[in-house]
Amino acid sequence: MKDDLEGIKKQAEAEMATAASEEELLEIRTRYLGRKGVLTGLLRTIASVPAADRPAFGKRLNEVKEELDGQIEAALQGMLSSARERALLAETIDVTLPGRVVLPGRLHPLTRVKQEIYSIFSGLGFSIVEGPEVETDYYNFEALNIPKDHPARDMQDTFYVEGNVVLRTHTSPVQIRTMERMKPPVRILSPGRVYRPDSDVSHTPMFHQVEGLLVDRHITLGDLKGVLTSFLTQFFGENTVLRFRPSFFPFTEPSAEVDIRCVMCRGAGCRVCKQSGWLEILGSGMVDPEVFKNVGYDPEEVTGFAFGLGVERMTMLKYGINDIRLFFENDARFLEQFG
Amino acid sequence: MKVSLKWLKDYVDVDIPAQELAERLTMAGLEVESLEEKRADFRGVVVARILSVKQHPDADKLHLCEVSIGEKTLPIVCGAPNVREGTLVPLATVGATIPGGYTIKLTTLRGQVSEGMLCSEEELGIGSDNTGILILPEGLTPGTPLDEALDLTDVVLDVGVTPNRSDCLSIVGIAREVAAITGKTLRYPEIEVPESDEDVAGVTSVTILDPDLCPQYTARIVRNIAIRPSPLWMRQRLEAVGLRAINNVVDITNFVMLELGQPLHAFDFRFLEEGRIVVRKAREGEIFVSLDEKERMLKDGTLLICDGVKPVAIAGIMGGLNSEVKEDTSMVLLESAYFQPGSIRRSSRFLGMGTDAAFRFERGIDPEGVVRALDRATRLMAEMADGVSCRGYVDAHPLRVEQAVDIPLRISRVNDILGTSLAEGEIVPILESLQMKVRRTGEGHGGTYRVTPPSCRVDITREIDLIEEVARLHGYDRIPVTLPAIAAKPFAPDPRRLVEDRMRVLLNGYGYSEIITYSFVTPGSADVLGLGPEDFRRRMLRIANPLTEDQSVMRTALVFSLLKTMLDNVNTGNLDLKLFEIGKVFHPREGSDLPDEKDRVGGLLTGRRYEDRWHFTSVQSDFYDLKGCLEGVLEGLGIRGADFRVRSSEPFLHPGRSCDVFHGDRLLGFLGEVHPDVLARMDLKNRAMVFELDVDALSSVATRDLQFRGVPRYPSSSRDVAFLVATGTTSGEMIRWAAAEQEELVETIYVFDVYAGKGIPGGMKSIGLRFSYRASDRTLTDQEIQDVHSRIVERIMAASGARIR
Repeated sequence: MKDDLEGIKKQAEAEMATAASEEELLEIRTRYLGRKGVLTGLLRTIASVPAADRPAFGKRLNEVKEELDGQIEAALQGMLSSARERALLAETIDVTLPGRVVLPGRLHPLTRVKQEIYSIFSGLGFSIVEGPEVETDYYNFEALNIPKDHPARDMQDTFYVEGNVVLRTHTSPVQIRTMERMKPPVRILSPGRVYRPDSDVSHTPMFHQVEGLLVDRHITLGDLKGVLTSFLTQFFGENTVLRFRPSFFPFTEPSAEVDIRCVMCRGAGCRVCKQSGWLEILGSGMVDPEVFKNVGYDPEEVTGFAFGLGVERMTMLKYGINDIRLFFENDARFLEQFG
Repeated sequence: MKVSLKWLKDYVDVDIPAQELAERLTMAGLEVESLEEKRADFRGVVVARILSVKQHPDADKLHLCEVSIGEKTLPIVCGAPNVREGTLVPLATVGATIPGGYTIKLTTLRGQVSEGMLCSEEELGIGSDNTGILILPEGLTPGTPLDEALDLTDVVLDVGVTPNRSDCLSIVGIAREVAAITGKTLRYPEIEVPESDEDVAGVTSVTILDPDLCPQYTARIVRNIAIRPSPLWMRQRLEAVGLRAINNVVDITNFVMLELGQPLHAFDFRFLEEGRIVVRKAREGEIFVSLDEKERMLKDGTLLICDGVKPVAIAGIMGGLNSEVKEDTSMVLLESAYFQPGSIRRSSRFLGMGTDAAFRFERGIDPEGVVRALDRATRLMAEMADGVSCRGYVDAHPLRVEQAVDIPLRISRVNDILGTSLAEGEIVPILESLQMKVRRTGEGHGGTYRVTPPSCRVDITREIDLIEEVARLHGYDRIPVTLPAIAAKPFAPDPRRLVEDRMRVLLNGYGYSEIITYSFVTPGSADVLGLGPEDFRRRMLRIANPLTEDQSVMRTALVFSLLKTMLDNVNTGNLDLKLFEIGKVFHPREGSDLPDEKDRVGGLLTGRRYEDRWHFTSVQSDFYDLKGCLEGVLEGLGIRGADFRVRSSEPFLHPGRSCDVFHGDRLLGFLGEVHPDVLARMDLKNRAMVFELDVDALSSVATRDLQFRGVPRYPSSSRDVAFLVATGTTSGEMIRWAAAEQEELVETIYVFDVYAGKGIPGGMKSIGLRFSYRASDRTLTDQEIQDVHSRIVERIMAASGARIR
């Protein structure tokens, strides 16, 4: 009897191994473990087993029954999960096809650079102030110590409107308007569009400036160097080499032109720096006492410095753009490069 | 200003390389913009002496010469008219190269051998004279290479002189700076004048009728002039700095102007009627022919130099054709004067005559240098033109030109401005090296001084001017780098800037790229946009001197710029565009010089909705794409309840596909499809949608203070109803009717379906509205919902005549 039992187990296991479907497995289960199944039948013959062997036989019979039951259950599970896998694989898509993208729009490169400039100067404590683009001759020139019939006016060709009205040639009038309005200390940045009648590869009749002004007690030329060095090394990188050299602006004295070592050739001399190895990057200087008098500040009490830079020039150097007119042609293929 | 190093060395020793000199000038505020090395453009040309000259037996115009080049004597055939025995001349020997790439060969001219060529200065590229061979000065050794003998190597610096530094518009002026920078001594040129016994006062006189404009006018009379070319050294110097040599007298006036910075003029005395000079203002409309043979219409106030009868020069700008020095001139009146800078500037601008003389006068010449230059030129005329000067000079000097003297200087102030701790002993020598007279006056402020600058430094009148000089020569690179303490309190950003920055982020998110266009447009834009005759945007600020008519008025709307950008892009094949610009528009204001400047945000949409890809069919964008974007943007700005009112009155928008955007009673802007007529006028084929919003208005209604309202805990319930309404009925109206009475349980009402066509009677359409109901404190019962819902539906039906489908 015992041999029968082991034989049946082997038999059932063999059949299970070849079962190809869920149905076959269920049929095997019924045939062996069902109420009328082979093992149940064997149980009924227990009477013919000698009494002494009966407990062992019964125990073994139950073991075999459980084993087979477990095996069938496992086989059934296996079959189920591979069917699910097949079903999922059938849903396969081409993940390399492009997504339903709506590309983000781009900021104009000049805006990007302006924002970068703002962020550096706001870290240095400067606040943004704006002013009108159409200005009076007084604010654009005279208050800035540029009298009529003065050769310094040649430094800035001007669009005239009528009477004493001009399109501002720089953002410096905002200095005057701000100082007229508030008492020192002043630490402002004034960005915006400015206008000069000039048009070629490096000039457009409209362009952008950012002007800075810092007025307080005991401000020195050394402070000017410090603030502008801090700005330029943040903007162009820690290793930027700078030089400050004397220059002339009617509204500052002493005045300084600030050059950086050419970012293209690193000083070796190239077309961009006109072989000089240096790039003029901004104009600056200590606010002229005349300007302070014009706004009612006492030049013996406060000193200060001002600086101005061209956003287009900074942007051209930053991104290697070689024609300033591209900024205002707004060709989509240009704009989309500044993501 | 071009500076020949060779010329410069006449006045100051330079023992550093040109490159280093350029560097040091630049760092002292005289930016050297370029540096050009000049050297002879020939090889194998030597000094030769003509030993004999014979007529060529077979050619009238040729001569046979024997010339010595030291160790050898060579036969040369020469055709120049000025070939003379005994003179020193340049000889290009066989194998020599001369400018233009010519190589000299052994030749035979009409049977006579020539072992080289005698050259004119033009042939050697060292001058413009081509009338004969170059006659070299005595003292040169035959056989010496010519470039060595004449020292033809030079370096020309182009110095950018800032408008304040009129003193540096001369070679001596630059030399003065070089001397100060390098610690060398400045040498002035020789100015002693040999004179005849004839008193100048007996020959001419000067009358100044407008002393304000001409405080000083000096003149000398030089007789016995022989007009001829200037000597080579002078021509070389003039030509090195870009001036053309003309003849000795004219060259001398130019030379002295460049040397000393004082413009001069020589009149042919023959043509000065009554033999005298009168300085007066022109009468309006007076006509005058200047040296360049152009007829000039003068303005009242232009200063003229006249003789006893007629004008002979525009003062300080250009002489007249009628008194020009000519080939046969033998007597000149030499002028050296001081003209008021502003007056010269006004005249030269008005006449469009930016001459070298005007450039110097309008920046302010050395008031003490007038006579010096007069004498220097007179001396050169004696040396180079056989000139004999009358005794003395006429000096009409009705006014003294103000000069700064005894400018106070505090040592402490120098250091306060510069952030340095310079001692008196460092500052005073700097000022003295610039030829300033420095006098100590007290102990206070670390030492107080009185400083008198040289008369040529008209830019120095104040303490700050002196401080700048100290900084400049001490060296900016030696000023310490410091950071100021932050004392100023940053102020809150302008709310309008916040709106603009937020707009940029939001519009970028919706796929719109930022553009920046010129603020000026063509006046024709008003017609292109179809603005009505009364439209306030037709009143545009006009630029008096535009570069082009297309850029001659300040824009009053952004739309035209957007459409223009679309056109430019379409022309280059970019058809799908989502663009925006943030910029100002300008409206002239009554009673104010300055216009009203309004910040606007404008946008444009055209082309396909999505890129043409596998999963999108190429759908064209339409009104609702742009509107959806704006709804999102306004939401993102915290502007709730924007109201899109049917039919904008904007003439450039499609009347059936446009609207105004309101918030309450406040007009924010407009939105719509561009009118097909406008597109046609711009030659645009594709439809485009545009919007413009006013930044002030947006900023006034944008919510910045947010209040948390809690998250609903009880479920909402919705009801859908499809209404059958007349085609002209808008969904906006229906929602307004639905919301006419505040029902507190209504959470949202929105359109979920719009349908017309099969199954809907003609002239009708179906609008499906979804009503959502919720209470914050309980789950609503069916009955509660039904009560509110029926009331609303009935109200809509009553107001619109709608039926339920």
